[in-house]
Amino acid sequence: MPRVLLIEDDPSVREGVELGLRRRGHEVRAAETGEAGLMELTSFQPELVLLDLMLPGMNGVQVCRRIRETEETSLLPIIMLTARGDDFDVVVGLEAGADDYIIKPARTEVIEARIRAVLRRLADPGGRRGPEFHGDLALDRSGLSASKSGERLQLAPSELKLLLYLAASPEQVFSRQQLLESVWEHSYHGDARLVDACVRRLRHKIEDIPGEPRYIQTVRGFGYRFGPL
Amino acid sequence: MRRRLVGRLAGRLGLRSRLIAAFLLVAAVSAATTATLTYREARSVILQQAQDTAVSQFRDQIATQHLTLPMTATSLEHVCVQLAVQGRPRPWIVFGEYGKITASSSDHPTSSVVSAQLRRLTRTNAHGSFQRVVKGGVPWLTVGMPVMFGEGENQQRTGIVLYAVMKLDTEEANIDAMVTAARDGALPALAVALIPALLAARSVLRPVRDLRRAASSMGKGALDTRIEVRGSDELADLAWTFNESAVELERSVEELRKAEARARRFASDVSHELRTPLAGMLAVTEVLDEDAERLDPDTAAAVRLISAETGKLATLVDDLMEISRFDAKAAELNTDEVDVAEMIRKTLQRRHWEGKVSAELPDGTRAMLDPRRFDIIVANLVGNALRHGSQPVTVRLYAYGGTDGGGVADGAAGSLAVEVTDAGPGVDPAVLPHIFDRFFKADAARTRSAGSGLGLAIALENARLHGGTVRAANGPAGGAVFTVELPVGEAL
Repeated sequence: MPRVLLIEDDPSVREGVELGLRRRGHEVRAAETGEAGLMELTSFQPELVLLDLMLPGMNGVQVCRRIRETEETSLLPIIMLTARGDDFDVVVGLEAGADDYIIKPARTEVIEARIRAVLRRLADPGGRRGPEFHGDLALDRSGLSASKSGERLQLAPSELKLLLYLAASPEQVFSRQQLLESVWEHSYHGDARLVDACVRRLRHKIEDIPGEPRYIQTVRGFGYRFGPL
Repeated sequence: MRRRLVGRLAGRLGLRSRLIAAFLLVAAVSAATTATLTYREARSVILQQAQDTAVSQFRDQIATQHLTLPMTATSLEHVCVQLAVQGRPRPWIVFGEYGKITASSSDHPTSSVVSAQLRRLTRTNAHGSFQRVVKGGVPWLTVGMPVMFGEGENQQRTGIVLYAVMKLDTEEANIDAMVTAARDGALPALAVALIPALLAARSVLRPVRDLRRAASSMGKGALDTRIEVRGSDELADLAWTFNESAVELERSVEELRKAEARARRFASDVSHELRTPLAGMLAVTEVLDEDAERLDPDTAAAVRLISAETGKLATLVDDLMEISRFDAKAAELNTDEVDVAEMIRKTLQRRHWEGKVSAELPDGTRAMLDPRRFDIIVANLVGNALRHGSQPVTVRLYAYGGTDGGGVADGAAGSLAVEVTDAGPGVDPAVLPHIFDRFFKADAARTRSAGSGLGLAIALENARLHGGTVRAANGPAGGAVFTVELPVGEAL
């Protein structure tokens, strides 16, 4: 069972979520503030961070950015905890590099489902082994890595999954809803901003000119596709 | 009857026309009155002067004549001719009578304009008499004078009577010229009166127009509308009163708004505050449910109740948050271009309603929608139909117009309709207007429904956020029919 670091200032939410997840067999460490949470990263070595956006002192978005900027933790999956209506925070959090978000209040089964979805590897299309090459990009499905011109790319879990999913069917157009279902395991009616924010982050890392993408292209009115290169 | 007619006519004419008409009427009446009085006065003065001059001249000239009695016809005629030559202010014709002898300065020995009345007056009055006569359209002045002899008190009649007849056509022409002048003067005067009439109408009507404009803009919601108060007349008073009322109205509306905002703020704050403890409680309900089996029956029932109600409370608070965001106009639309039929199919699948709900969803309808909000609209309407109506519940999708939807002719931005019908008894017509009210219960006896009581209100708000609406009605077969109408929106 994965080790989860929970950063949440409200004691009832912190205790409730911790208790619920522990009952399901997760190893949970809870931190009250962003600063305390960042300290736990090295000592606890979590596999996933549950991060409340509204924190006293250092806020959730800053914590998220710090985690992404630090070399050792840049690939750590991050799920934000937010309240419905804090739309602006969601967008900022997603831009800062969060992989997914959960709206509070949520049942433990919902939280756990999100955790599992973020940690799950994409189903291997099978057949080929070893890296596949698309232009300057080299994707290694079994090794779960991507590199550009021989340099390894630091991709967050959702970014890597999206890239691998799109690259598995080059030139096929996927709607945002399809991507939410397949990559994020959300419902069909999920928040398309998740996809858009992830595409933006991904383009900054893999495209030569993010404003004129070659790899992840927008198909107006329909969604996204990989290529054609 | 007539009064009503006048009133109706006045009502049809504008205030401006009525003011100008009144002004012109007053001007016309005063011009006419002035002209008439002037004419009468001038006429009498002109004629009087002519008469007086004629009578005194005639008398003086007679006095200077040397008459020898008895007169013969020849000498009388001589006298007449003498007098006629000296006529003032204009030549006159003189007729003389002495017993049976008559003579004149003209061809006719007797005058046709000297009336019997003048003869009688002349006989009785020693100082002479005069009369104005109109004969054949020509005005004449006739003067009769008995010739006397002796001085002062002892004057005696000689028996000679002289008559002077003079045309007054010059004086008449003068008077006619005056009438023409008065008429010619009155018309420009009326035209000139039009200018102050227009100015007065303007000065009266401008405040009235300002008032009308201000009242209409206040009606449209601009409660800060004020009128400039000019001068200190009754209209200024009216404007001042209007401004005072507007201030008062603005204040009460502002107070109402604030009270409403406070109430909404309160609802929003309450939901916000409830959310945090609920988040903790909801996370542990699973623990309660799992362990309930191992507790004694009463505790187990209590624990299950708490768990179940916590779930409902979370839904209610979530709905309240949603509603307060609509009230605060803070609800955001995160649109994406989607396949509408696929959206509805996924909504039914996700809630495991495929078996209970039949769907007629033609493919190929694409629209700009917020997927989460569209899911809520459809789910709330279908959920409502399943709870309050009876199966079969049917969902139908219709597309109208639009560029790539429904196969209908392209052109204007299209719209789509989602119709949810059930086979229940329908909705009581008296209740229909309130069906989208918050916490409205169609059945008063049922204090709580399975839903939050906000489902239809939220569906309507979500549809409105898309620029559409939801309508409720009863179908011809009896069941309730809820129809969502949404614009398809601009393509990405």
